[in-house]
Amino acid sequence: MATILINGQEVTIPDGQRLNLIQAAALAGIEIPHYCYHPGLSVVASCRMCLVEVGQRDADGNIRMMPKLVPACATPATDGTVVVTNSEKVRHAESLVEECLLLDHPVDCPICDQAGECYLQDYFYKYGQRERRAPETPFTSRRKDLGPYVTLFVNRCIMCSRCVRFTREVSGTGELAVVRRGNKAIIDVFDDYQLDNPLSGNTVDICPVGALCSIPFLYKQRVWFLRGNRSICLRCSTGCAIQVDHNRNRVYRLKPRYNPNANDWWMCDFGRFGFDYVYAEDRLRQPMRRTDGMLQPVSWDDIAERFAELWREAAGQDGTGTIAVVLSPFLSCEDAYLSCLYFRNLALPVRFYLGRVPVHGADETFPRRLLGAITNGRQQEPRFVIRAERCPNRRGVEAIIRHFQGEVPGFDDFLRDARQQDIAAAYLTGGYPESWLTEQEADVMGMLRCLVVHDVLPGPHLRHASVVLPMAVWFERAGSYVNYNGTLQCTERAVLPAADARSVGRLMWALLGRTRLYRPEVVLEELAEEVPVFAPAAELKGEFPEYGVRLDLSEPAHEAV
Amino acid sequence: MRPDDPDILWLEEPKLTLAERLYLPAIIEGLSVTGRVALQKKITRQYPDEPYRPEDPIKYRGVHRLNRDEQGRVKCVACFLCATACPAHCIDIVAAEAPWPDREKYPEHFVIDELRCIYCGMCEEACPVDAIELTSFYDLTGWTREEMIFDKEKLLSVYDQTAQQEPLRTAGFRLAQTPPDEAEEH
Repeated sequence: MATILINGQEVTIPDGQRLNLIQAAALAGIEIPHYCYHPGLSVVASCRMCLVEVGQRDADGNIRMMPKLVPACATPATDGTVVVTNSEKVRHAESLVEECLLLDHPVDCPICDQAGECYLQDYFYKYGQRERRAPETPFTSRRKDLGPYVTLFVNRCIMCSRCVRFTREVSGTGELAVVRRGNKAIIDVFDDYQLDNPLSGNTVDICPVGALCSIPFLYKQRVWFLRGNRSICLRCSTGCAIQVDHNRNRVYRLKPRYNPNANDWWMCDFGRFGFDYVYAEDRLRQPMRRTDGMLQPVSWDDIAERFAELWREAAGQDGTGTIAVVLSPFLSCEDAYLSCLYFRNLALPVRFYLGRVPVHGADETFPRRLLGAITNGRQQEPRFVIRAERCPNRRGVEAIIRHFQGEVPGFDDFLRDARQQDIAAAYLTGGYPESWLTEQEADVMGMLRCLVVHDVLPGPHLRHASVVLPMAVWFERAGSYVNYNGTLQCTERAVLPAADARSVGRLMWALLGRTRLYRPEVVLEELAEEVPVFAPAAELKGEFPEYGVRLDLSEPAHEAV
Repeated sequence: MRPDDPDILWLEEPKLTLAERLYLPAIIEGLSVTGRVALQKKITRQYPDEPYRPEDPIKYRGVHRLNRDEQGRVKCVACFLCATACPAHCIDIVAAEAPWPDREKYPEHFVIDELRCIYCGMCEEACPVDAIELTSFYDLTGWTREEMIFDKEKLLSVYDQTAQQEPLRTAGFRLAQTPPDEAEEH
């Protein structure tokens, strides 16, 4: 256990943690300004913003300070380290470094996308000089597109080299380099290369200034208009923790949030920019029922009133026709749980299926092992994985179906049963970001007496649907999801659903006859009580778990109800 | 508030004297004021027969205009500072990449709801490039609400109409033309 002294305040560093002075100071609530240091990257101490006075206290309590200032990011916090961050000397150094970084900076904050969340701006107010001595040449940033998603404003760069280190250490693709020297140094891609690796969007996040900007987000919104909600990404089973930035009920940007149980600091471009389908023209917006062969708009009340009747009719006079409930892995745990509750209570033969689990190729691991990568013969743990399983909640939905039914038939089983006419009707949930059914598969569903489709996007399955319900996408509803390693993560609702879309959970809540507003937190508490696998979630008590809750899914509980 | 509330101060009506009860002195006093003013120089302005022009148009806060740069393009860089400063939320901007090589960002749409605007001039103060200004035009009329929602073209045409009479209020800012590093690079 190491005890260090920061500005006269004693800070105890827990055993087994190796921290530098920036992290140690953060424990004490003291901010040491820094640009080049990032907890997920190696330390280069190149920006010199974190210069502090450092000394050592010996056993007798005498303190000996080093004569010069030392970068805090490159200094380990060891027992007896003494740090001073608020002396005149440190303040002076900070203001000079800030001035130096701003010497050639084009002060084009009015058109810079980073303005409002820019460390140059923040630190200038906190640590900078009162007035600028360098000449101003505003609005003179030269721009160069580095890849499909990232653009570089050359003159705004402060050469912290975070992006360069990211491409070398995390993505392992190494497209970026610092070229030229001294004050002519710029970031650039190698000739004939592009910054087009699947993690390129992260360079925009880690850029402390406005040098790297995201092309899809460029000039869309000023960041001070955006409000962020905590959520997760659902494009693969890694389940990256993200922040959904929105304004006036429209989502403009997804950014990763730190979660050591899922994604650390990163997320892939596929998830980051892949939410266009939410605003697709042809998205389902209105509940519809088939009358005289045509799908006609109806109201949700109308649907809810006749929902149970629909299934009784489909089950036939003797009530022997089986109803298939296909729960897609894009549903939240609450959605799946309430659906299971509702259909089990119908007193009809019901069979639950896990919806289609989209799998694309193999897991993509980072850093990529390119020729010349230094591994020193050690097997390195991957820093980031884009999983082949492209859905957020297979494990959660599976666990819930297993609790209610004991076994978990998949989507292929559903298609087989439909083809063999073992089932009479189906409640088919979707939520997939792209089309997910082939024409032939959809035609199998034509044999059903009744097909209720609850989905986001239209597809061939609508042809045979008796009722079509529009689904709210993940940032339009709250819920919780279980990722590949069994971490249950919660999401907040960021925006209101498009038009008349509703989540499965909200529909089932109403159908179950429950009064009051549908609140997924309450359902999660109930789920934690009912389903043993989800028991760890009971500790939350409505609190938002920042890093998620680890569930033990290794031994599935076989408790058929 | 109840009648016995201690915060209420009850006053008695003062008793009128005989002269006051006759009302005649008060009537004479009133008539004398009327007569005096009737003989004075008229101060009522016969608007709209007599149009009003503000004495110092630079200080008047009327209809907005969007200024043009030296090449006749909209000067605005779509920084949204006016929309941020606007207390009435009447400015709506859609930014885009500028189609010109020497400019980076420009407003694709720039709409001001002149009915919602309270003419406080905060937009003018906030603008870092002196692109939005208030003119001395004040007599805005329209048949519909839609007519009073001014788009970019209309705001630029206000500039074209007023540029002669009213120079830039805060002259001196120029957009830099070419980045200094450009020639050196390629």
